[in-house]
Amino acid sequence: MGIKINNENFKKNLDKNLNNDFMRAAMVKAQDLINKNRTNVLSQLGDGNYREWQKLSGEVRAHVLENLDFYLNQFAENVVKNGGNVFFAKDAKEASEYVTKLAVERGVKKVVKAKSMVTEEIGLNHHLIDAGVDVKETDLAEYILQLDDWNPPSHMVVPSLHLNRTQIKDVFAKNGYSGKDIPEDLAAFARAQLRNEYVTADMGIYGCNFAIAESGAISLISNEGNIDLCTSAPELQVAVMGMERICATYEDADICISLLARNAVGAKSTSYTTFVNGITEEGAADGAKEFHVVIVDNGRSKVLKSQFKEVLQCMRCAACLNICPVYRQVGGHSYNAIYSGPLGVVLTPLLAGYDDFKELPYMCSLCGACTEVCPSNIPLHSLIHEHKRVLAEEKKVSAFWGASMSGAGMVLSRPWMYKLGTGVAPLMTKPLMVDGKIKKGISILKGWTDKRDLPALEVVRFRDWYAKRSKGGNK
Amino acid sequence: MKVTLFTTCIVDFMAMNVGKATVELLEGLGHEIDYPKNQTCCGQPTYNTGYVEKTKNTIKHFIETFEHADVIVSPSGSCVMFVKEYAHIMADDKEWKERAEKVAAKTYELSQFLIEVINVDDFSAKLPGKAVYHHNCHTARFLKVKEQPIKLLSKVEGLELVDFHNSDKCCGFGGTFSVKMGDISAEVADEKARYIMDANPDYLIGADFACLMNIGGRLSRLGSNIKVMHIAEVLNSK
Repeated sequence: MGIKINNENFKKNLDKNLNNDFMRAAMVKAQDLINKNRTNVLSQLGDGNYREWQKLSGEVRAHVLENLDFYLNQFAENVVKNGGNVFFAKDAKEASEYVTKLAVERGVKKVVKAKSMVTEEIGLNHHLIDAGVDVKETDLAEYILQLDDWNPPSHMVVPSLHLNRTQIKDVFAKNGYSGKDIPEDLAAFARAQLRNEYVTADMGIYGCNFAIAESGAISLISNEGNIDLCTSAPELQVAVMGMERICATYEDADICISLLARNAVGAKSTSYTTFVNGITEEGAADGAKEFHVVIVDNGRSKVLKSQFKEVLQCMRCAACLNICPVYRQVGGHSYNAIYSGPLGVVLTPLLAGYDDFKELPYMCSLCGACTEVCPSNIPLHSLIHEHKRVLAEEKKVSAFWGASMSGAGMVLSRPWMYKLGTGVAPLMTKPLMVDGKIKKGISILKGWTDKRDLPALEVVRFRDWYAKRSKGGNK
Repeated sequence: MKVTLFTTCIVDFMAMNVGKATVELLEGLGHEIDYPKNQTCCGQPTYNTGYVEKTKNTIKHFIETFEHADVIVSPSGSCVMFVKEYAHIMADDKEWKERAEKVAAKTYELSQFLIEVINVDDFSAKLPGKAVYHHNCHTARFLKVKEQPIKLLSKVEGLELVDFHNSDKCCGFGGTFSVKMGDISAEVADEKARYIMDANPDYLIGADFACLMNIGGRLSRLGSNIKVMHIAEVLNSK
């Protein structure tokens, strides 16, 4: 699959999602619930001064990015010391090929996989399947999506947020489930199916929340316990990570992990915080006998050198999705990419280019809520605006808006033109008026008036009233 | 005090009553109004759409029009927030950057001015009924003006202020976003309007006409009778 999840036209896809009442109700409910819990748990963190935590965590992440070559090298050396192997993949293809080749060479028939955004990004599952390897997603939501013909994730933390329990029951029914749409029963069915997969799998694949440079450990933050089974049952294990996912020390990781759990799910910590530290000891009952770390660039070096580099501080908590007024209405699939919400708006065009994603930067009201919540202190709304600037000034994507904004710039910097324009505007909009309001706009105004009234433009503007009053009228 | 008034373009040609109320309110408190006739707009429409270079002449025009002022007051927090961004936008031009900084330092949103600069306590304003207050994102989040309007409204005789669900969230206006992504913008406005209607107020009050126009436009389409008022109009109600 890769970053792009569908080939549909942006507008058509958006309309479809705006008409999906179930999905939209689920988004509203999920946002309100997660935010309530998040606010509550953050107020209890330290002295409750979240701004200070954001700054601290942002500094920890920025420091690593400033010295990324050093820390990547230190991390890789420590992985090797711990008996593991490290592969630096320059793009999605190299990363997927390395893992698939490894699987084929070791005669792997079945892989158990933990949820990981970067493996979605590089399209690893389909690469393995095409090579004849059976892949089982073990995160409950990812498991549902896999059974639903690889339905793409719509949220970074809650991937199947767009499906309800009846839809999930229908998906399970195609795979032997005969019960009702009761969440506990559905979970029990999935659990029973998955338990068997761990012990029969030849390879475990997982992502990485933070890689610890000073020790070579991979940290994994999870709730379901499936990741721990992936890191313990199979003898051959592969961790895949974006190259920016490093913390210098355990102490730095502690700050990031403390904020990640609280922001992602509104809990003090997740059920499991796991550190995988290379191959297991001689004679141990479980753990990796062979361990590989694949460090994926896939466009990140280019981002690191750009004005967008702060986006690499992201820890994928999805707090920005959970607070975004646009994501709330449109849901994850409207972004046409595995990364959605404000983070997706910033990251997707950087990793996958503007051509297929030039609408994304406009899916933002610039309200700034994302920046306010971000635990990595990323100025998300400013970076979204920077994308708009690049599209407008460098890529010149829209002749219509280019011309309109040239006109606006001219009028707004020349008082005589402004006065003339606003003076004749009421007359020009008169044909659009119904009962004293503009109700049926044309051209770009239609976007407003389809569902909203617009006040009539003032025939007597403020400036007219004030001028007359200064001369003694209008008191 | 001589107060230089920046009404904003929207108030000038779409909501002259807000400008009028601002003038009467400030004059009623004993201040002299200075209204530079050549004023146009803060420049956000072009800037927020991504056209930064095309915005610079508007910024320069604003600075030239307002730099003579002792204090600049505007009934729109979003526009004031943007004036405070000027120096950052003009960072490559030392002269304009410095002039922008000076202008920004003396520019205030109306309720901010009333509380922080002149510290007024009593307006003898009167408005009987139940009201909700909508926080404009730029005003509350970036200008940090959140408590000031609430404090002022609490002094209005007869006015009962009630909260509503997600009152601190965006209304979906977002400048050109409201037409460029009109479908999404309207859905955000719809949800906002419905939560407001759930609280069953007589008035929706805000300190930024753009949001009020957006939410009000949806309320009106839904057939609601909730009266939409700018805080200047409320404080000027006798």
